[in-house]
Amino acid sequence: MMATLAFAVVFAAAAGVFVALPVLRRSSPTRERFGGLGDERAHLELIERRDRALAALKELEFDHRTGKVSDVDHRALIVSLRLEATEALEHLEDVGSEAHLPPDVSQRTRPPGARLVVARDGR
Amino acid sequence: MAPVGQAALIVTFGLVLYAAVVGGYAALRGRRRLAESARNALLASFATTAVASAVLVIGFLRHDFSLVYVAEHSSRELPFAYTLAGFWSGQSGSLLLWLLVLTGMSSAAVLLNRRLLVQALPWTVPVLACIACFFALVLLVVSSPFETQAAPANGVGMNASLQNPYMLAHPPLLYLGYVGLTIPFAFAMAALLSRRTDERWLVATRRWTLASWTFLGVAILLGAKWAYETIGWGGYYAWDPVENAALMPWLAATAFLHSVMVQEKKAMLRVWNMILVSLAFCLALFGTFLTRSGVINSVHSFAQSSIGAWFLAFIALVVMTTTVLIFVRLPHLRSQSRLESLASREAAFLYNNLLLVALALTILWGVVFPLVSEAVRGTAVTVGPPYYNFFLRAFGLPLLLLMGIGPLIAWRRASVRSLARSLAVPALAAGAVGVLLLAGGAGSSPPALVAYTFSVFVLAAIGLEFVRGTRARRSLGAESWLGAFSSLVARNRRRYGGYIVHAAVVLLAIGIAGSSAYGSSATARLQPGQTMTVGGYTLGYLGATFRPGRNHDELRAQLAVSRNGEPMGVVAAGKNRYHVEAFFASAVAIRTDWLRAEDLFVVGEDFNRDGSVDLKVLVNPLVGLIWVAGIVFLLGSVITLWPDAREQRRLARRMREAEVLAHA
Repeated sequence: MMATLAFAVVFAAAAGVFVALPVLRRSSPTRERFGGLGDERAHLELIERRDRALAALKELEFDHRTGKVSDVDHRALIVSLRLEATEALEHLEDVGSEAHLPPDVSQRTRPPGARLVVARDGR
Repeated sequence: MAPVGQAALIVTFGLVLYAAVVGGYAALRGRRRLAESARNALLASFATTAVASAVLVIGFLRHDFSLVYVAEHSSRELPFAYTLAGFWSGQSGSLLLWLLVLTGMSSAAVLLNRRLLVQALPWTVPVLACIACFFALVLLVVSSPFETQAAPANGVGMNASLQNPYMLAHPPLLYLGYVGLTIPFAFAMAALLSRRTDERWLVATRRWTLASWTFLGVAILLGAKWAYETIGWGGYYAWDPVENAALMPWLAATAFLHSVMVQEKKAMLRVWNMILVSLAFCLALFGTFLTRSGVINSVHSFAQSSIGAWFLAFIALVVMTTTVLIFVRLPHLRSQSRLESLASREAAFLYNNLLLVALALTILWGVVFPLVSEAVRGTAVTVGPPYYNFFLRAFGLPLLLLMGIGPLIAWRRASVRSLARSLAVPALAAGAVGVLLLAGGAGSSPPALVAYTFSVFVLAAIGLEFVRGTRARRSLGAESWLGAFSSLVARNRRRYGGYIVHAAVVLLAIGIAGSSAYGSSATARLQPGQTMTVGGYTLGYLGATFRPGRNHDELRAQLAVSRNGEPMGVVAAGKNRYHVEAFFASAVAIRTDWLRAEDLFVVGEDFNRDGSVDLKVLVNPLVGLIWVAGIVFLLGSVITLWPDAREQRRLARRMREAEVLAHA
C-alpha cells in the first residue's frame, strides 16, 4: 500500500507539472478567454451553404456527363442550383461589405469555381 | 511491479477526473488556460495508462504469477505470442486495453483537431475524460489487473480456444473499433454543448469514424475466421450474443457513414446523425458490457457480476444525457433543406439507414430478449439463428438491392425515364444471370437465388459507375484510360473507395448465401483403409498420428483426399490436448480450392479404441469469398481513408474565411 502511494506521488508530481504548465504560463489578456466569436457560426454556415451549392453544381455536371442525369433533369436542376449558389455568394458578399472588409478579403469569399455562377435567372 | 501499475491507474483516474471537471468548467466559462490544462491532463492520462499497461505486459513476459490476473490467464508453457495476448484475454486486461486505446485515441484526436475546432474542442476534452473516468474507476474499484497473491509455481493457462493466431489480432482490432466510436460521439456531444452544430464536427471525425468502422469490420471477419477454424462446427457465424455485440455498432456506424453524406451535401438529417452517432457509441458500450459482464448466459450470472451493474448504469447515464442534450439543442439542428423526391440519392441513403438501423435493433432485441423473458417470466427463452436469419433476409436483401440502385440515382431528384435508363444495364445483367442460375438448379434456395441476382445487379452498377466515370474524366482531358481511371478515384476517394467496399459486401453476400444454402455434409466412422464420399470429394483414412508438444499434444487422423479420381493430397484433422489447461480442442483440417472458392472442412470428432475415427466432413461452397471480401473491404476502406490534400486545403480555406469575417 505504501509502495503504491509512493509511486502514485511520483507519477502525480510528474503529470502535475505538465498539467499546470498552461496555468502557470504568462499570457496576454486577449488569449485568456475563448468563445467570443459570436458571428463565426453564422458566417461559417453561409460559407458552408456556398460550398455545398458549388459542389452540387460540379457534381451535377459530372453526373450529366456520365449519363446519370438526363438533359431534362439537368436543365431543371441547374436553374435551382445556380440560384442557390448565387444567393449564398451574395449573402457572403453582403457580410463582407457590411464588415467593411478590404477588397482583397472580400474577394476571398468567392472561391475560384464561383465564376461559373452567373445570373439569378439561372443562365 | 504491481504497486507501479496500481499507482499509474490511480493517477490516471485523478488526471481524467481533473480533465472532466476542470475542462467542463473551463469550457463553460471560456477559460482558455484552464481548458489547455485539462487537455494536458487528458494527454498525461495516456502516458500513465501506458505505464500501467507496460507493467501488466512485463508481468506476463516475466511469468509474474504473484499478479492474480497473470496467473489466471497464462502459464510457463504458453507460447510467447499467446503469453502477450494474455493481456486482453480476461476482463481486467480488456478494460485496461479499452482505457489505453481510449486515452491514446483521445489524445490524438484532440491534438490533430486543435486548429479545426477551436471553439468546440474545450468541450470535447471533458466529454472524452468523463468516458475515461468510468473505465479508470471500474479498473480501480471493481476489476483491477494488479491484485496480488502468493505466487503459485505455475499459472492456470489460457483458454485453449483462444490459442489461435486470429485471436492475437481480433480483440485489439475489436477494441480499436469500439473505442474509436467514442471519438465521433465525443465531438458530436461537444458540438451540441458548444452550440456549434455546423459541419466541423463531421469533418473532424469523418476519418475516425471510418477507421473505427474498418477496424470493427475487419475484427468481425477475423472473429468469424477464428470461429470457423477453431470451434469446429463448420460455420463462421452463429449469431452468438458476443458476435452480435460487434455487429450491432458496426451496422449503426455504417448507417452513420452514409447519412453524414446527406448532411454534408444537403444540410439534412442533423438530428438523425446525432442519434446515429450516439447509438453507435452506446452499442459499442453495450458490446463491451455483453462480452465482459457474463450477462449473456443468465440473469443470475449477471447479478453475480458487479461489472454488469456498473456498465448498465453508465449506459443508462449516457443514453439519458445524450437524449436530453439532443432535445435541448433541437433548434440548432434544424435542417436547411428538404427531401425533394423519393427517387433521389438522399432518399436512397434514408432507406438504407432505416434498413440498417432496423437490422441493428432487431439483433439487439434478439440479444436482450432472453434477459427480458427471464426477468419477466422467470424462464430464459433463447433466440436462435432462425430469428436472425429471417430478419437478415428481410432487411439484408433490400439493402443489397439498394447498394446497386443508390449510386445510379442523382442527388435531389431523378425522373422515371432517367432512372430507368440508368438501371437498365444492371437489371438486364442481373435478370440474365438469375435465369441462368435458375436453369442450373440454384432455385433450391430462393433466398440465395435472390441474393445472387441482386449481387450481380450491384456489381454491374458498380462496374458501370467506374466505366462511365472514367469515360467522363477522359473526355475532360487528353488522359489515357489508366490516367483517367486513377484521376477519377483520386478526385473522389470516398465515393469510389465506397464502391469497392460495396463490392466487398457483395462478395460477402455471395459467400454467405453459397455456403449456407448449397453446402453438403456427411458423418462416418472409418477404419484405416476405408473411404467416404461427400460433395464430390473422396476421403481415405490412412491412420492416426500422435505428436507430443510442450504446450499441447496433437492427435491427427491422416486422410488422403481425391476428387473425381484425381489425388489432392493428404489432410490431417483431430484434436489437441492442452497440458496445463487439461482441455481438448478440435483441430480441423481445411482444404481450400481457391478456383472454386470452396472448402473441404474435416472434423475429427472421436478417436476410438478399435482404431477407427469418427469424422464429420463438410463441403462449403463459396466460403472462400467471405475471406476475399475482407481483403477487398480493407482495400476500399484504405482508399476512402487516404488523406485528401485538396479537401484539407478547402477546409483550411473555409476556416480562414470564417475567421476573417468574424474578426472584421
